Amino acid sequence: MSVIPDDRLADLTREELSRYSRHLLLPEVGLEGQKRLKASRVLIVGTGGLGAPLALYLAAAGVGTLGLVDYDLVESSNLQRQIIFGTRDLDRPKTAAAADRLRSLNPDIRIETHNLRLTSRNALQVLEGYDVVADGTDNYPTRYLVGDACVLLGKPNVYASIFQFEGQATVFDAGRGPCYRCLYPSPPPPGLVPSCGEGGVMGVLPGILGAIQAAEVIKLVVGGGRPLVGRMLLLDAWLMRSVEVRLDKNPDCPVCGKSPTLTGLVDYEQFCGLRDDREEEIPSVTAGELKRRLDGGERVQVIDIREPHERSLFKFSGAVPVPFGQLVRRKDEFDPGTDLVFICKIGQRSLYAIRALREAGYPGPMFNLKDGVNAWAREVDPELAVY
Amino acid sequence: MAANLLVPTALRGFTDRQAEIALEGGTVGALLQALVARYPDIGPHLFDEQGGLRGFVNVFVGEANIKGTGGLDTPVGDGATVMVVPAIAGGAPGQAAPR
Repeated sequence: MSVIPDDRLADLTREELSRYSRHLLLPEVGLEGQKRLKASRVLIVGTGGLGAPLALYLAAAGVGTLGLVDYDLVESSNLQRQIIFGTRDLDRPKTAAAADRLRSLNPDIRIETHNLRLTSRNALQVLEGYDVVADGTDNYPTRYLVGDACVLLGKPNVYASIFQFEGQATVFDAGRGPCYRCLYPSPPPPGLVPSCGEGGVMGVLPGILGAIQAAEVIKLVVGGGRPLVGRMLLLDAWLMRSVEVRLDKNPDCPVCGKSPTLTGLVDYEQFCGLRDDREEEIPSVTAGELKRRLDGGERVQVIDIREPHERSLFKFSGAVPVPFGQLVRRKDEFDPGTDLVFICKIGQRSLYAIRALREAGYPGPMFNLKDGVNAWAREVDPELAVY
Repeated sequence: MAANLLVPTALRGFTDRQAEIALEGGTVGALLQALVARYPDIGPHLFDEQGGLRGFVNVFVGEANIKGTGGLDTPVGDGATVMVVPAIAGGAPGQAAPR
């Protein structure tokens, strides 16, 4: 059944009949399906790797109103995958640059830009006016925020997420299937799983997953096919293997279960442990301080926890390479009488490395290189590239 | 009784980049313990301090989530495919969080 009620349908113009003829020729879509697309209001949260193909395909498909939420500016490292932007869009707000591109693709549709950070205070208001929400965000607090808000508002949440070569896609529709919290009751502690900003991502991967989201949005609007409700598609683009798994509703889910305990939005930063002040307990050194200590011949051992391919982008001379995933089992190689300084790209995984070694009982002094080797490139050796 | 464990990209840094590992174990719990014995660094990513599976990790035997089939006691048949599916979010946790 379509999420668009019949009383909102309006006729297509002559131009629209031509533009959408390849949809109209499909008996499963046809004139009625295309009218539903025209009447539909779809919100895309995050105009990044997933949001880019999603917005392009939905605009091309004739979704009548597309909402875009983002607060970022276009950066050069976005262009490897965020194909809605061009080089000339650098430093522009993503929502504005995307809106221009979409209007040139399809001038007949309405684009509503929300150039803001989605929060517990504004989310219900922003999401309320749309029929379907597509989540293309890049962090856990916003994932839980969008997930909960969709349950509370009774809206389907067309979901995809990506990491390196791997993607997950499903439709969370709590009225007839599980929600995000049913699948993942709690988020990983910060730093446990590296971000795409640290771990990288194959540029075409969000293209594939975003296109899957677009297909699911179109099916919900047209009201046909078999939506990805209660099942999740997992794709490994490197092995090019896809697997489908079954997702069940959790009867004890705090937001969509039988007796929900969560009836409003909460503080998602706190829920995701981002207000955790454990980081303060870990001593850090700045790039400048480390340089002075090394130049002064102090007893300091730098441990580079990056993977070999990443180290080759930026060689830190004198550092001992021990990849993050081998630290605990190789902890006896370190000298507890020496100050160890852990380095990574941005100084986030190195924090977790120190925590993991502490938990494994390593007794010696450990320091974190604040803001990672990128800070070293900015502050100490400008010949090196920030990556 | 060997089963095939599929390791997600996010955890391959802990398994020397292995994507598939043949492991012995009659239950999901035993299989994952065998994994941790071989790659100790992966342990805290799968289990909490009480030994329970972490809330952001799901394990599937075939297409069924073990949450509905007995949890870590779910039996694993010879030749079964066991898949670890953690939450992934994309970008930069902690940098783009809502307030």
